[in-house]
Amino acid sequence: MSALPLSPARRPVPGVFVALGLTLAIGWLVVAIDGGQLFNQSTTVSLLHVAAGLGFVAVGQTLVILGGSLDLSVAYVVSLSTLVAAETMNGSNAALLPAIGLTLLVSAGIGLFNGLLVTTGQINPFIATLGVGLLLKGYLDSRYDGPAGSTAPALVQTLGYQRVGPVPLSFLLLLAVAGACWFLLSRTRFGHHLIAVGGDPEVARLSGVRNDRVRVTAHVLCSLCAGLAGIYLASRLGSGAPRVGTEGLYDLESIAAVVIGGTALAGGRGGVVGTVGGVLLLAGIDAIFNQLAVDAFAKQVVRGVIIIAAVAVYARRALRKADR
Amino acid sequence: MTTQTVSRRLAPLRRWNSGGILPILAVLVVLLVLVAARQPDFLSPPSLMSFLGRSAPIILLAAGQYFVIVSGEFDLSVGSLVTAQVVVAARLIDSDPSRTWPVVLVLLAGGALVGLVNGLITTRLRVPSFVTTLGMFLILVGAVYLWSDGAPKGGLTDQFRQLGRRAVEDVPVFGRLPYALLVLLVLAVAAVLLMRSDFGRTLVAVGDNPRTAQLSGVRVWRTRTIAFVLSGLAAAVAAILIGGYGGVSFQAGAGLEFGAITAVVLGGVALGGGRGSVVGAMLGALTLELLFALMNFYGVSGALRPSVQGAIILLAVAVSARRFSSR
Repeated sequence: MSALPLSPARRPVPGVFVALGLTLAIGWLVVAIDGGQLFNQSTTVSLLHVAAGLGFVAVGQTLVILGGSLDLSVAYVVSLSTLVAAETMNGSNAALLPAIGLTLLVSAGIGLFNGLLVTTGQINPFIATLGVGLLLKGYLDSRYDGPAGSTAPALVQTLGYQRVGPVPLSFLLLLAVAGACWFLLSRTRFGHHLIAVGGDPEVARLSGVRNDRVRVTAHVLCSLCAGLAGIYLASRLGSGAPRVGTEGLYDLESIAAVVIGGTALAGGRGGVVGTVGGVLLLAGIDAIFNQLAVDAFAKQVVRGVIIIAAVAVYARRALRKADR
Repeated sequence: MTTQTVSRRLAPLRRWNSGGILPILAVLVVLLVLVAARQPDFLSPPSLMSFLGRSAPIILLAAGQYFVIVSGEFDLSVGSLVTAQVVVAARLIDSDPSRTWPVVLVLLAGGALVGLVNGLITTRLRVPSFVTTLGMFLILVGAVYLWSDGAPKGGLTDQFRQLGRRAVEDVPVFGRLPYALLVLLVLAVAAVLLMRSDFGRTLVAVGDNPRTAQLSGVRVWRTRTIAFVLSGLAAAVAAILIGGYGGVSFQAGAGLEFGAITAVVLGGVALGGGRGSVVGAMLGALTLELLFALMNFYGVSGALRPSVQGAIILLAVAVSARRFSSR
């Protein structure tokens, strides 16, 4: 859609980390003047917990967006996954591994369905994943009124609350998943194919890339990440929660984190490193506003402004590059 | 590229293919037959007119969304704009009848302004409209909660509410004509005329191929910005009708953006721009509303409704995509 020429696939470390550093520095200063402490143990831990939940979803979202697609069903996949995990475990440690396996299987199945709708069904990804989201919403609304199931204590104690110093185990897991995705994108054939498909599907096809297969794989991986986020949230909450995904706005927030991280919404440009930066930026703003005890709604306004501003900056940079 | 040239070669057939309004008309007729089979009363003029009046806001939103989508962009901010307008209207009017009409003007101006900002950020700063309007969505929701401290204040006057809930009674043949329906008819005719004017042709050309349009002397950014302003105005009118009919709440406009986009796509309009008609978009919205009414009559539980809606959307769009690609 945009007439901008494609910039090289490899790009310098995104400016989101500069923004992150500045935000945290200014936030630390403002909170200090206010008489608080931004980086004490408890705020850092809660910041990283917030980042982990959104992070899993956003890393998966990065993969589909890079491939020129989009996933609006992730919020419902997250909710469904918390329920599948918690209900299968039903409070027993013995069922831990089967439950995790089943949850991931279910989410992979949804991703496969999304992918097939987009490729074989030739439905615009926006509509396809919105429709799948509605399907899941109907299922969740009609079957659940409130929390259900109970997460295995072993999972709550490890993934939910264990930490190494101030760093929660879940955040380390996020870094591992992000690292795996980074490796996948920059060092494997699949990654290069995905970026090629997102950049120009026609050229990719003529170069021998099997577009459909690549896009379906990206959708499966994205849903798997959302499933992982669901398992993590179930471990935090101790049970399955039918509305946790939508209340957390995981669909729109994950897309926001991806574009703040410098990935082009049109596909073909960007990466997971920037996305992790974007997630940390959003979580950092959360932490700062919480410390200042500012109205939660003001946070929303600031987020909106930051999302638009960040993308405007990227667009400007791309434009300058295009000016030869 | 190839699909575009092919579709151009088949231009005379296009009306029957994707972008035409025949498929959506067919779906509409089927739904009407199903409704008539279950609830014959529904088709009596008074109840049909009331139904059309109730559907007016979403039809207007679909028309507004159509302008943006056909020019190749998205507007995700309309739902939050409707909510914001309803809450703002209640607080500004504060149950004082003399403020009704000035506030209506303020709402229209506000809608146009939000559209203008959306348009300028998208076209001048080159921010993808998905992101612009997503940001605007967050800003509007946050701002309206912030401004009203978390609970809607003030109240709407009867004059304000009559547009949404009153009707011209005792009309021959029709029984009653809701004001909302009259507003809808006037604006729908205006929208059709607009799409037949030079501006309408330009709008479609911009969505079809912005580069070609630009080389032909069209100021693409201006055309697209006007489309966003039209969408904002449509949201303002919809907010006035919804506020009148449903009252003041933070949920007034929740989810309407996805409803409008779904309606537009159901009406045969291609996301990405350049194909489809405004009549199709409005019929798409009507179909969606009729579908909800139908589910009501057939006793589908409220909770299951999203699933049925999702399945039908996927089916409808998949079928039309198949027809188009099979040439």
